Amino acid sequence: MTRLLGTPDALSPLPNVGSGLIDAIERSRLVGRGGAGFSVATKWRAVAERSRGDAVIVVNGAEGEPQSKKDRVLMTTRPHLILDGAFLATRVLRARRVVLYIGERHGEARDAMLRALAQRPESERNLVTTAAAPSRYVAGAESAAIHFLNDGVATPTTVPPYPFERGVDGAPTLVQNVETLAHIALVARGGTASTTLVTLAGALKRPGVLEVELGSSIGEAVRQAGGLTEQARAVLLGGYFGSWLEPEAAWTLPLDHGRRLGCGVIGILPASRCPVCETAGIMRYLAGESSAQCGPCFFGLRALADACTRISEGNPNLDDLTHLRRWATEVRGRGACRHPDGAAMFLSSALSVFEREFANHTVHALRRTA
Amino acid sequence: MTKEFTLAIDRIKCDGRGLCAELLPELIRLDDWGYPILASGPIPELLLPLAQRAVEDCPVLAIALRRQQFTK
Amino acid sequence: MSNALLWYTTRGAGAVTLVLLSSVVVLGILSTQRFQGQGWPRFLTTGLHRNLALMTLVFLALHIVTAVVDPFTNLGWAAAIIPFSSSYRTIWLGLGVIALELLLAIVVTSLVRGFLGHRPWRAIHWLTYAAWPVGVVHGLGTGTDAWSAWMLAITAACVAGVGFASVLRLTSGSPDPLASARATFRAAVDRREVR
Repeated sequence: MTRLLGTPDALSPLPNVGSGLIDAIERSRLVGRGGAGFSVATKWRAVAERSRGDAVIVVNGAEGEPQSKKDRVLMTTRPHLILDGAFLATRVLRARRVVLYIGERHGEARDAMLRALAQRPESERNLVTTAAAPSRYVAGAESAAIHFLNDGVATPTTVPPYPFERGVDGAPTLVQNVETLAHIALVARGGTASTTLVTLAGALKRPGVLEVELGSSIGEAVRQAGGLTEQARAVLLGGYFGSWLEPEAAWTLPLDHGRRLGCGVIGILPASRCPVCETAGIMRYLAGESSAQCGPCFFGLRALADACTRISEGNPNLDDLTHLRRWATEVRGRGACRHPDGAAMFLSSALSVFEREFANHTVHALRRTA
Repeated sequence: MTKEFTLAIDRIKCDGRGLCAELLPELIRLDDWGYPILASGPIPELLLPLAQRAVEDCPVLAIALRRQQFTK
Repeated sequence: MSNALLWYTTRGAGAVTLVLLSSVVVLGILSTQRFQGQGWPRFLTTGLHRNLALMTLVFLALHIVTAVVDPFTNLGWAAAIIPFSSSYRTIWLGLGVIALELLLAIVVTSLVRGFLGHRPWRAIHWLTYAAWPVGVVHGLGTGTDAWSAWMLAITAACVAGVGFASVLRLTSGSPDPLASARATFRAAVDRREVR
């Protein structure tokens, strides 16, 4: 069984594949590992249909999600496998340019990728340029990456036009996460895309990056990470773009990209931490990461964060909880990118899983002032 | 085949000027910060002229009519 | 007799053009300030701005046509299109022609704004701040009765109105509530010098 981690990385000749690779990817049911979980075969077909030998492949190693480490680990330990995927894409989609879009702070990962690149044949090396992705949350989004490569500014743009229609240099563009490209390289050599990388964080003995079988449970992943260091209050699945789960529901939940695995971050919130304060802190972060291009996102997330903070500090306004529910619903779908949607769904899951704690924070505060 | 239209807003261009909500209150209302919330679904035929006016009057050209064709 | 009629029409239409143009400029400024009041929705400001602008063109056309066909002025049609080409009050008339052409650019681009796109349209629209004062100076220089009490009063009122509105525009800062936050974020993800 082919795995990403634990196998030594090596430069080996690319398998001789043509457009049949897209069919193989479709059979493997591979979806993107960047967080959106979109069908890779569908994306590839969209680019293949429009490419006139001018397509651009963007290798997305931005990894802006603060708790996620899997892309960095993969870039550091399996750079050749990732590059294999990128150059297979180049061949199948008839691309003439490959860009390595690596987070500006991921120095070790970038060095590993460049070292591996230097070992590749000249015909491959000549296609590649590198770009340092700004270390902001939205800089890893597809449209932001393309905007950065075109104009030097990593802010998301209005879509349409879609990347597969008009992206970098106005050409059909494939933006693909590094882990996804690695899986493609395995599939091209006859493997299956049956594993995925997750980052385990929080109250665990051995937090870090793990490779798990799709369909295995969160509980098994936690066991692999050495188990809990203390009792868990909740599990955050998918990072800041994900949702909270009750521990009992989480332990048996199968890890599957159809079930909001997102970028693969599994965070264990210990019972000793206040979930309301935790939620407020994350909401403040997400509000601060808005690119401030769309009113509903900038003002909406800020208001949500302020209300959460007031509740967590024990001096809420009377209508803060009502507002939280209304604003979280209203902000969805009203930004140019999915940032407000992610934040709103994160908050809605917190209001549901931590209903008791949110209510108590408010009641205690009001009782004190009464 | 019937031709139906929906409203589409470019959220980056939109500045919260609010003219669209004044002209088309049946389909557009403003949130707490003055930015439009659109009702989903096709625009009723009766409101199409007003929708067209909202598109023309938007000071930043952020709202547009999008065509959707349905086979009946 | 008909000469006098033409002459009075030219001057009258010119005065009306000045008043209408000044209102249009003030309404345009009000719309950037997101002005609204009781029973005065924002689309009314926009609608009036557009309609009065078209009306301005009508009176401007009347003003120009009556001036050109008037035998007293001896102007050819060329004088109405080519600035500073008339022998009659060369400079002042020339300024009028410039104001006309600026206004035409502004109106035409506004009519095709949908095809042109917002940014190019806006860039040309800034020419208003050139067209209006040029028109005022043209009126003060060419108008035979520019220095009559009623014309002075009208001009003064127009200048006061536009002047006040312009000061409002200059001192109010960006009408976009996101401007500063957007600029801050953009600066944080802008790597253009480094690249």
